[in-house]
Amino acid sequence: MAEVVLSTERLSRRFGGLVAVDEVSIECRHGEVHALIGPNGAGKSTLINLLSGDLKPSGGTVRLREREVTGLPAHRISRLGVGRSYQKTNVFLPFTAFENCRLAAQSRMGTSLRFLRPAQAYRAPCEAAERALAQVGLAARAHWPVAALSHGEQRQVEIAMALATDPQLLLLDEPLAGMGAEESARIVSLLRALAADHAILLVEHDMEAVFALADRLTVMVNGAVLESGAPAAVRASPAVKAAYLGDDDVDSGK
Amino acid sequence: MSARLAAMLLVLSAIAVLIALPFVLEKFYVQFATKVLVMAIFAASLNLLVGYTGLVSLGHAAFFGVAGYLLALATPAYDAAEFWSSLALAVGGAALLALAIGALVLRTSGIYFIMATLAFAQMLYFLFHDTSLAGGSDGIYIYVRPVAQLGGWQPFDLENFVHLYFLVLAAFVLVLGFLRLLVDSPFGRTLAGIRVNEHRMRALGFATFRYKLVCFAVAGALAGLAGYLSALQFGVVNPDMLGWHLSGSALMMVILGGLGTWLGPVLGAASMMLLELGLQSVTKHWQLLMGAAIVTVALALPRGLAGLWVWRAARGQNDG
Repeated sequence: MAEVVLSTERLSRRFGGLVAVDEVSIECRHGEVHALIGPNGAGKSTLINLLSGDLKPSGGTVRLREREVTGLPAHRISRLGVGRSYQKTNVFLPFTAFENCRLAAQSRMGTSLRFLRPAQAYRAPCEAAERALAQVGLAARAHWPVAALSHGEQRQVEIAMALATDPQLLLLDEPLAGMGAEESARIVSLLRALAADHAILLVEHDMEAVFALADRLTVMVNGAVLESGAPAAVRASPAVKAAYLGDDDVDSGK
Repeated sequence: MSARLAAMLLVLSAIAVLIALPFVLEKFYVQFATKVLVMAIFAASLNLLVGYTGLVSLGHAAFFGVAGYLLALATPAYDAAEFWSSLALAVGGAALLALAIGALVLRTSGIYFIMATLAFAQMLYFLFHDTSLAGGSDGIYIYVRPVAQLGGWQPFDLENFVHLYFLVLAAFVLVLGFLRLLVDSPFGRTLAGIRVNEHRMRALGFATFRYKLVCFAVAGALAGLAGYLSALQFGVVNPDMLGWHLSGSALMMVILGGLGTWLGPVLGAASMMLLELGLQSVTKHWQLLMGAAIVTVALALPRGLAGLWVWRAARGQNDG
């Protein structure tokens, strides 16, 4: 079995009386795409936010490899090798695509308390940025301000930024949302290639992409895990069919 | 590249003009130019916070004033302080104070940050105003200006207004040069990222609090340098040096000149002080005209006076 990069145990998050994430225990392994699906409001994005440190859990634990990281702030979790993208594009709009990625890579320089030499003179972050932009197919747009790019291209910048930090674990929150068919296909094959030496947790509504990519599939409903396992087995599960893939089949079977 | 060359020539000729000033101007105007350069350093230090990092402070005069007071307190009653050590004391003291205040106020943001910076500066204002710690509301006179010694040699005489002008000009060029480099450095880019989207910076692995704190301390140290030079020039310090009025003036200079631009604070300081000088000679209701002028610039030039500048300090593609 491949190494477990991320695991959660009974991870929960409550907002007042609402239980957004309810005792979720999942695993992400090196070399695997773990897809997370579920209807809107199932708690998928909240779960990603708990894993990235954007939100603090109300209960349960998060482990990266052997290390417990529950409740650590986002910047510390990021530096432990976790890259994430946001469902709603979250980039530096006035900066160029290159600068967005260079800044992402700069975070891995150890310290940014360097005051005199130009940032562009530090080669490693620049090269990481160029590599990341080439990977998502945006090399030609490198020196455009992100605000001037199309929505789909901004989504690609979002992914490139996560890649530029050279993460071991990628948390991707609906990376394909808003992309055209061609861009989507490109990102799906990129994720397939990345999966070889990363652990990827993928939240996605595009079922074609999910079944093309997922090595493991988890279905969430109302904050809790409904079913988890190999994609074919999960797809066949009657509970999943009822809750998510469509009630009609189940109803007609009654 | 040619635009860069043109900009460089422009900067060099501006420096040449500044060097020539004391040889062509009368004493009054040389002293006025000294005052403008000191305020330009102060405004530029505030711009580092407000313009580059997005931290709107209304208490920046605290560091300016405290540095001035440190010089006054380090000066013996009828004798001269030592220049280098009193400078280090004033700038270091301002930086330490900024570190302490920053560690508290940077836990807030937005309007709360503005109020917290204002509150700390006013606390210091009343500390100096209402206690006999340092002369109360009258302040302290510095009867003898500091003496600079390098070995046995005295490189400049601060009682001489031309020497003082050149000292301030040297400080001005160093500070502006430092800020020019800082903007494009990894630290400067980190600050720009924090201004645009601090949440994303944290998610990328930046400990943003730490960078904001360093920025606050650097800005405080540079404000301290300006305060030291100002106390040195006028030979007196008083609580107004720490007051919100001065913080507000500096903020106005930064906005008038152009937020987040390299030379904006310099243009803002120079134009506001020249305007004040000119209007004062015309009418005693000069503040009315001054207000009208500021409103006009704010409406007509949303990017400030630096918006008129063809070449902007930070590359347009990186800074919106």
